[in-house]
Amino acid sequence: MSTIAHAQKRGFTGTIWEYLTTVDHKKIAILYLLAGGFFFIVGGIEAMMIRIQLAVPNNDFVSAGLFNEIITMHGTTMIFLAAMPLLFAFMNAVMPLQIGARDVAFPFVNALGFWLFFFGGVFLNLSWFLGGAPDAGWTSYASLSLASEGHGIDFYALGLQISGFGTLMGGINFLVTIINMRAPGMTYMRMPLFTWTTFVASALILFAFPPLTVGLFMLIFDRMFGSGFFDVAMGGNTIIWEHFFWIFGHPEVYILVLPAFGIFSEIFPTFARKRLFGYSSMVFATVLIGFLGFMVWAHHMFTTGLGPVANAIFAVATMAIAVPTGIKIFNWILTIWGGSIKFTVPMLYAVAFIPSFVMGGVTGVMQAAAPADYQFHDSYFIVAHFHYVIVGGIVLGLLGGAHFYWPLMFGTMLSEKLGKITFVLFLVGFHLTFFIQHFLGLMGMPRRVWTFLEGQGLATGNLISSIGAAFMALGIIVLLVNIVITQKKNIQVGRDPWEDGRTLEWAIPSPVPFYNFKQLPLVRGLDPFWIEKMEGKTDMTPAEPVGDIHMPNNSFVPFVISLGLFVAAFGAMYHADEGKDWAIPVLIIGMLITFGAMLYRSVKDDHGYHIHKEDLLDEAEGGTR
Amino acid sequence: MAAEQKFTPQTWPESPEQATLEGKNKFLGFWFFLGGETVLFASLFATYLALKDSVPSDTHAKAADLFELPLVFLMTMLLLTSSLTSVFAMYHMKNYSFKKMQQWLFITVVLGLGFLACEIYEFYHYYHAFEHKFTSSAFGSAFYTLVGFHGGHVVFGLSWIIALMIRNAKRGLNLYNAPKFYLASLYWHFIDVVWVFIFTVVYLMGMVG
Amino acid sequence: MKKKLANWRLFTFMGLMALLLSGCGEPFLSTLTPAGEAGQTAYDLMMLSTWIMVGVVIVVSILFAVAVLKFRRKKGDTTIPKQVEGSHVLEIVWTIIPIILLIILAIPTVLATFDLADTKAMDKKNEDGTTDAMVVNVRANLYWWEFEYPNQKIITSQDLVVPTDQKVYFNVKASDVKHSFWIPAAGGKIDTNVENVNQIWLEFDNEKAAEADNLFYGKCAELCGPSHALMDFKVHALPKSEFDQWVTAMQAIDAKAAEAAPEDPAAAEGQEIFNQKCLSCHAVTTADARPEAARTAPNLAGFADRERIAGVLEHNEEELKNWLADPGQYKPGNKMTGTYGELSDQELDQLAAYLMSLKVE
Repeated sequence: MSTIAHAQKRGFTGTIWEYLTTVDHKKIAILYLLAGGFFFIVGGIEAMMIRIQLAVPNNDFVSAGLFNEIITMHGTTMIFLAAMPLLFAFMNAVMPLQIGARDVAFPFVNALGFWLFFFGGVFLNLSWFLGGAPDAGWTSYASLSLASEGHGIDFYALGLQISGFGTLMGGINFLVTIINMRAPGMTYMRMPLFTWTTFVASALILFAFPPLTVGLFMLIFDRMFGSGFFDVAMGGNTIIWEHFFWIFGHPEVYILVLPAFGIFSEIFPTFARKRLFGYSSMVFATVLIGFLGFMVWAHHMFTTGLGPVANAIFAVATMAIAVPTGIKIFNWILTIWGGSIKFTVPMLYAVAFIPSFVMGGVTGVMQAAAPADYQFHDSYFIVAHFHYVIVGGIVLGLLGGAHFYWPLMFGTMLSEKLGKITFVLFLVGFHLTFFIQHFLGLMGMPRRVWTFLEGQGLATGNLISSIGAAFMALGIIVLLVNIVITQKKNIQVGRDPWEDGRTLEWAIPSPVPFYNFKQLPLVRGLDPFWIEKMEGKTDMTPAEPVGDIHMPNNSFVPFVISLGLFVAAFGAMYHADEGKDWAIPVLIIGMLITFGAMLYRSVKDDHGYHIHKEDLLDEAEGGTR
Repeated sequence: MAAEQKFTPQTWPESPEQATLEGKNKFLGFWFFLGGETVLFASLFATYLALKDSVPSDTHAKAADLFELPLVFLMTMLLLTSSLTSVFAMYHMKNYSFKKMQQWLFITVVLGLGFLACEIYEFYHYYHAFEHKFTSSAFGSAFYTLVGFHGGHVVFGLSWIIALMIRNAKRGLNLYNAPKFYLASLYWHFIDVVWVFIFTVVYLMGMVG
Repeated sequence: MKKKLANWRLFTFMGLMALLLSGCGEPFLSTLTPAGEAGQTAYDLMMLSTWIMVGVVIVVSILFAVAVLKFRRKKGDTTIPKQVEGSHVLEIVWTIIPIILLIILAIPTVLATFDLADTKAMDKKNEDGTTDAMVVNVRANLYWWEFEYPNQKIITSQDLVVPTDQKVYFNVKASDVKHSFWIPAAGGKIDTNVENVNQIWLEFDNEKAAEADNLFYGKCAELCGPSHALMDFKVHALPKSEFDQWVTAMQAIDAKAAEAAPEDPAAAEGQEIFNQKCLSCHAVTTADARPEAARTAPNLAGFADRERIAGVLEHNEEELKNWLADPGQYKPGNKMTGTYGELSDQELDQLAAYLMSLKVE
């Protein structure tokens, strides 16, 4: 039987099984997109509930306790379960193709990373149905998170721990892929910016997640196993949590925003038909931002009482980050300067991103001035600032990226018309929601308040903000309609659908073959596909003759390893409750499933299989494209 | 290139752990993983230093009361020696002498188990003689978490090496399992390096006061 | 496209207009109407950074708008623009200029950081342990504030009273979970930690205080539980002479004064109920000798003269009775609910009458 035919044509259950066991980066990308998209909608619904509650003074749409659960889950879901996996979706879908690789370095680990994230996310969200969600904010500061009753915080700590392992593995996988798997001629300084930002973000993941892991372990131990890290009565100290959380939390901002920068750095040159201005300084700025990202965590703790010396040092260090960020902004503007701009939907998002993100950036510098931050901190000014960064930077990047890479992932093109409607609704809603929140904060409205009283001058601003949120929700609904219609019609658009693709991913046939490249391409410079096109060629020059291609086997083991931790987490969580003797056995069974599956993986030889040269040649003759 | 191709000492490559692309990827990926582990232990060390001797009342034992040099010194020697024997094992792996590699790995495992036994005794001793528990003070929590995480790594490393030895006992070396042996040994060295820091920061500095 | 750009600019503009209508917020609450030196320092830095940043935004916006408008692709245009690699001169320009701007911002930032952290005056103790500096110990609790005046030997809660035109120094900490002490109009916030005491100083100008009717709002700025949003307190900033009068009057509420039965018979009944059900937590004298850990509820000496009931409700007998009947309805998660059993309507009347008789004479 042909090894190629073997990998195609299956029924519905076959498809499900294929996705449960897949180790193909393109399918894992779709899994990340689906799961991340689902959690994005969940987080969005939570956001809408927040804005409904705060639309008018003294509202009682939700109760005070429930409100705290909603804000906690909104933040946690959006950061860990929506933004990160959606970016991982694009990294998986695009990065290996951009560097001319047949697959990622560790296909198995790639699948494991997804399933760990997925089970962690599901575990966290099950809290809604099992006695209440976490309610100490996404930062979960230790004194409150220890005092919080019920199992909400346990769900938070265990769920993030599981999904955090997945993220860490994903990061290592991308790092090795980029270092070891580049096509001939793809030197570091010829890598597309999205690959570069993936690289730097992955390095940040590698060094930023372990402190969170340690912090979460301490929280788990304190809450479930009687230790005293954060218990002052036992000699503990809650500030340790704050440090670890932000040593992770600040780089996390860059983990999210750098890949979004990368997406924009691909969109601008494509639709301006002009190469990225100042490529090498863009790379330099990316690396510098990543590096400085680790030096500034304490600016989240200016009011903790670290003393003037620490505050002054971290204030100045924080300001320094503005410089490389500024370099990037100006380079983007100079990229479109002198270009030939076509306003497709992805380009609209990229264009809207510049002023939106600059707004978020400059308020960030304002907060770096520590004494001014004593006023901004934990007020709605902060809420406005980080939404300008996260929505104005990351979410616009995700939406632009979704439209841009949709043809690459699914072979179809989202409707430009509906896309533009989404864009306008979302952008208008975004500025309407968050611009005014700067002023609410300055007018004395603390963040994370369940309600506010009349007569404090806060009512108008909050109402405007809530109206804006409705616009954003409408925009997302139109996007969903767009996706359904597009996939229903299923009009395949073929290769290089934007016509101005510059990088390797657009040189591949559409839909992308499961082995990516029949022959690895020879890369002759930055924007390799563009170079070939300018010389009148339609294809990349191959760097090797057609030969056998080695492929990894599918595996159900990643699913099982993740499931084991999911089961064990229930045991860990309930063991301290009275009358729940089943908890410890469940904990042990879960760990046995995980370690058993790991042992199975380690002991069973799995050499993968080969696609034979003859089959590849046959397929070419068949002319299926 | 078949992964289970048979070799002779002559055809066996110079760096068998990096002779295949899979091997190269694993080698690099594992170094990154150890980089992450380093940050993890650095965080645990920071926590320990912040909470050292932080106890609810003076009746609780402090670092200077607990630690005794002879036992810790013995543990250090056991682990350092096991690191050396794993180097010998890798030397033989590179020379394609499977039997000798297995022998040296066996010695490594025995020494590791010896270390583990000492550590279990040590914890037992602190628990009963000093009432120094995981749940008795922040100091106790931080101590057992740091040293215990290291102990957990030792257990995992031993299980890994043992599994590899048993699994490959009959098949001998090939380019598929050579990277696995190499990485297990790398992991073992990492554990050893972490212990050197624990020995210095926790025990020596603890005894000085 | 132009139209769409204009669209969102229009909405931003409308948002700005709405802001102008509501001004800079209320003088008793807003950080934009600083009441004294600490607030002014923060405000000046805010303005300096804002103007620098507005400048940056304008420059970027102009460049951006020109680029977007000028370089649109005409229909059917297939020309390939010149592929420019970059420009070292430009890169250096937009590296150096931001660095200069940041230095302009960094210097006052560092100076102000040290200035606002200067609480040395608190450490200069006289022989009897008092200080010449005006000191208040703030203790944050779920969901109320205690204010202790160590020099004056007064303990009160919820309503902070401070003299104007002098620096007031605060020792702040929390007794249960972390909170944050914030009087927006007077200056920046400081966290009340569970493991250490933080120090801060604020100052209230006499004139500015008068503009705000001598009354400022204080907030908890760190998420602390369900009623975090309702953990308000009030600040009376009084001229020095009035403040001294207040101190004398408060000091007069000693044990003897507190034990005296009120003249109103209903209030006297209320006092009985209070002594049975409430006194174990709530003190009614300003010189509460119990240790901090035993002071588990707000001190009620001078309660009748406070601004709000429980920090948020209108200060009248009706609301007081509502509060006493079911505190949880107004402040979810508070520690008072369920500690004193059911109260009949008559008991509520009597208790309210008693509490409203607790005046600062």
